[in-house]
Amino acid sequence: MTDFEPKIVAFLCNWCSYRGADLAGTSRMKCAANVRAIRVMCSGRVEPAFILRAFELGADGVLVLGCHPGDCHYAEGNYKALRRMMLLKRMLKQLGIEEDRFRLDWVSASEGDRFTHVVNDMTEKVRALGPFKAREEAKVA
Amino acid sequence: MPKLQVALYWAASCGGCEIATLAIGDKILKLAEAADIVFWPVAVDTKYADVEKMADKSIDACLFNGAIRNSENEHMAKLLRQKSKILIAYGSCAVEGCIPGLANFYNLKMVLDTAFIDTASTDNVDKILPQTRVNVPEGELELPLLWETVRTLAQTVDVDFFVPGCPPEERTTWLALEALLSGKLPPKGTVIAHPSNAVCNDCPRVKHEKKIKAFHRPYEIVPEPDKCLLEQGLLCYGVATRGGCGAPCPQANMPCTGCYGPVEGVRDQGSHFLTALASIIDSNDPDEIEKILDGIVDPAGTFYRYSLADSMINRARIAP
Ligand code: SF4
Ligand code: SF4
Ligand code: FES
Repeated sequence: MTDFEPKIVAFLCNWCSYRGADLAGTSRMKCAANVRAIRVMCSGRVEPAFILRAFELGADGVLVLGCHPGDCHYAEGNYKALRRMMLLKRMLKQLGIEEDRFRLDWVSASEGDRFTHVVNDMTEKVRALGPFKAREEAKVA
Repeated sequence: MPKLQVALYWAASCGGCEIATLAIGDKILKLAEAADIVFWPVAVDTKYADVEKMADKSIDACLFNGAIRNSENEHMAKLLRQKSKILIAYGSCAVEGCIPGLANFYNLKMVLDTAFIDTASTDNVDKILPQTRVNVPEGELELPLLWETVRTLAQTVDVDFFVPGCPPEERTTWLALEALLSGKLPPKGTVIAHPSNAVCNDCPRVKHEKKIKAFHRPYEIVPEPDKCLLEQGLLCYGVATRGGCGAPCPQANMPCTGCYGPVEGVRDQGSHFLTALASIIDSNDPDEIEKILDGIVDPAGTFYRYSLADSMINRARIAP
């Protein structure tokens, strides 16, 4: 398990979190290289189906980052994301997907350090869980 | 014109689809005029061996209902595919797994323990479970092997058309049969139903902007007769369900449960409904949102009641 490098898909909103990630980069902060960033206009654009699809295609963890509550460029998009992801969390639990594989968080354009913290923290938690994969289809003897 | 050779089969299903076929009423006579039923275990005395002897593609069309959850289901799906020119997944079980597919929330051991050991009304002190082989004086008998995961027909063999519904409404069944009898078939892969964006489209209830402060279960409230059920806090699935059924459920004061499957263009019906519901919750406060969500007692079971086996995460991951 030690050389397992988790694949984490991260949906970053254009106005805050993507810029926060950019800042982390231009400030040469050290950050786990496990994140595949997908830029979306707003965290409210992220449909729960995107997250399921990421898992289906082999992601070990999925991260959604948006502007802090009250700061969404489109006023309410991140509240919509909050409601969806809270309900999605309940559903993923029923499907046996560990809580730490999915995270919604807020990162502003000036929070490069917060971006690296969230990414590093999530990477370690997912690394501890191991790869996400469908169970082998077993038959009864 | 030679008569059409038609077969009907049931795999893992409840039998409702067989009854739905008969629900077309006296139109069944039109079917009998135009078609020979060459195989239909529930109504015609034919054996699997009779099908095995048929020439490949000698059946013009097979209406196959039921999900695939054991070796017998799979064998018959492959056999009927081989013998039929057109294979139709008829009803929600064949199309998307439906109620049998809910077994995918568990593993096989849990399913067998519940069915044969744990239920209060079961008296099985020796914990006897069904075996696949047993010797009797007449020889060895064989029972089908149960799979761990329930699959849809299209996950098992190539399927030409899909007829949605649990079970399909009479009008939908007849639409499919008419297409078959007239030879005017839509392109391969079509879900055959009366065109309609969503169940809400066909629902006469009055719709306003939706803002929800609390969800209720049907027994908890008496809904107002004309107002959209979802706006009254009932988990009505009409917003995320293919139309064409004619919306009989909301017209009978029951919320739609989603049996016609996802709307055209959507693959994962459950997360689509989840998205719609979360969007209309009228709160931005995490604590209040949690409280409102507590009103949805079984999210995964409600959202994937019919489509778990066909969804993106097609089964629960269960720790070994
Ligand atoms: S949500 Fe249900 S009750 Fe409301 S319009 Fe749609 S089908 Fe009718
Ligand atoms: S209203 Fe919904 S549950 Fe009722 S038949 Fe139509 S799709 Fe199925
Ligand atoms: S624009 Fe950043 S969350 Fe909406």
